[in-house]
Amino acid sequence: MALGERDPHSGHMTTGHEWNGIKELNTPVPRAVWFFLIVTVIFSIGYWVLMPAWPLGDSYTRGLLGSDQKEIVARRVEAAAEERAAWAQRIAAMDYAEVRADPALMAHVREDGHRLFGDNCAACHGMDATGNSGFPNLVDGDWLWGGSPDAIARTITVGVNSPVSKDTRVSQMMAFGKDGILTGEEVMATADYVKSLSDPGWAKGKAASVARGKGVFAANCVACHGPQGKGSQELGAPDLTDRNWIYGGDIDAIHATIENGRQGEMPAWEHRLSPADRKILVLYLLDRGEALKAGAAKGAPR
Amino acid sequence: MFGTHYRIERKSVILAVAIMIVASIGGLIEIAPLFTIDDTVETDPDMRVYTPLELAGRNIYIREGCYACHSQMIRTLQDEVERYGPYSLAVESKYDHPMLWGSKRTGPDLARIGGKYSDQWHTAHLTNPRDVVPQSIMPRYGWLGRAQLHTAHLGDDLRAMRAVGVPYTDAMIANAAADAVAQASPDDDTAGLVERYGEETQVRTFDGDRRTVSEMDALVAYLQILGKLSKAAEQPAKAVAAAATAPAAAEGGQARP
Repeated sequence: MALGERDPHSGHMTTGHEWNGIKELNTPVPRAVWFFLIVTVIFSIGYWVLMPAWPLGDSYTRGLLGSDQKEIVARRVEAAAEERAAWAQRIAAMDYAEVRADPALMAHVREDGHRLFGDNCAACHGMDATGNSGFPNLVDGDWLWGGSPDAIARTITVGVNSPVSKDTRVSQMMAFGKDGILTGEEVMATADYVKSLSDPGWAKGKAASVARGKGVFAANCVACHGPQGKGSQELGAPDLTDRNWIYGGDIDAIHATIENGRQGEMPAWEHRLSPADRKILVLYLLDRGEALKAGAAKGAPR
Repeated sequence: MFGTHYRIERKSVILAVAIMIVASIGGLIEIAPLFTIDDTVETDPDMRVYTPLELAGRNIYIREGCYACHSQMIRTLQDEVERYGPYSLAVESKYDHPMLWGSKRTGPDLARIGGKYSDQWHTAHLTNPRDVVPQSIMPRYGWLGRAQLHTAHLGDDLRAMRAVGVPYTDAMIANAAADAVAQASPDDDTAGLVERYGEETQVRTFDGDRRTVSEMDALVAYLQILGKLSKAAEQPAKAVAAAATAPAAAEGGQARP
């Protein structure tokens, strides 16, 4: 190529372009760059031949390996399910007490349940299942709808106030203040009374308000919460005499609950989780609750 | 090899033609499959369209850049299918203009988030994510609950969607603003809305506030419909479940056989 001449300093050719006596070097591309460029081209040609690559109208070149992502994922999910079936089917067939007595199965429950809980439940109830404001604690042994395995399984399956499940559990705390069922004064008195149920010290100096609240409570609240305020697991009405609060137990939160009502929703999981998965979650929760209780009894930090 | 290149470089017309040939190869690979898109995308005659409130929520989702951290496409990977449900099908994004598949997965995939959590959770989580998920790094969007939803332009939004192929009817466009308000006001007359958009339309006070229709209402309504417009993806999932383990399928194991 007689375009330029050899540059005496670098030994490379010039391009033949010249500006005021300055000539442009035509330095060759480094060999390493050439090497990788050629390797990449060879790789891509191999890939076109072996893997799905080129579009052809409403189809595409399938490649010699016939690789199909959809088939691969179906096969992997299937293989994982088969591996899991060995113990998951035993859990599905046994009753709750039997599974809990079987250490090998419970090891699977703890591992798989932890993952299921993290993927599905932790967003509301927290990674350690201790709940958040508005979302109940699941490991304090205090259950809104009953703590038997079947009751918990039912809550998971149909949910509470779920808009999609026909059999959902239904529980609504009315907006006594906002909807004008009680006057503002009555709401405050009721809040004082409810607070005093779990915190007797609160009644000090508020005897009149608490007594008035007791009357309002007897007329409006006992249908769900019971005459002693112990609640009802049939109706999903919380026990007001303990220190476990879903929406907070300070006087402002109690007042807000009576004023505005509460319609907490638990989604129904019957279409998202298989029965075996729901059973594993029930076992996982009961196990976590007992482990916490045992830890607290021993005074061990958890 | 270089000899040819040097010669082409010196002939401007030939160089221009050569550039066009090379560039059109890349263009063809991207554009040609679109000519046959009607044959390659699955069909779902029962697919619903976004209601005006959901479409408004979708626009807020785009405005706030949610797609920068959340994808809406479950890939054909075992871990994603086991965590989120059946992998996404093209038909499920048929009425998404633009599609919001995303590729940055800082937060979880949202393709099937609809119905997974309660409206209260979404409202609490959008107001301050750390109230419910302490380790979350998502920003707060509390003002959405205080910002009233602008409904005046919703009819035009629907008309724009119709121009790109979403089958909105004239009645839907004419009633867009009223339908958006009705969907977040279960105490009002919602018969027209349900008639236009189907029995499965979710009519609720999404943000828990009955008095106003806020941007929070719209965004929660949108999040609660994600993955529920089409039931097309349930079919392959059931086939997979049936093929996997007979007992799991018999018990109705759908999401995770």
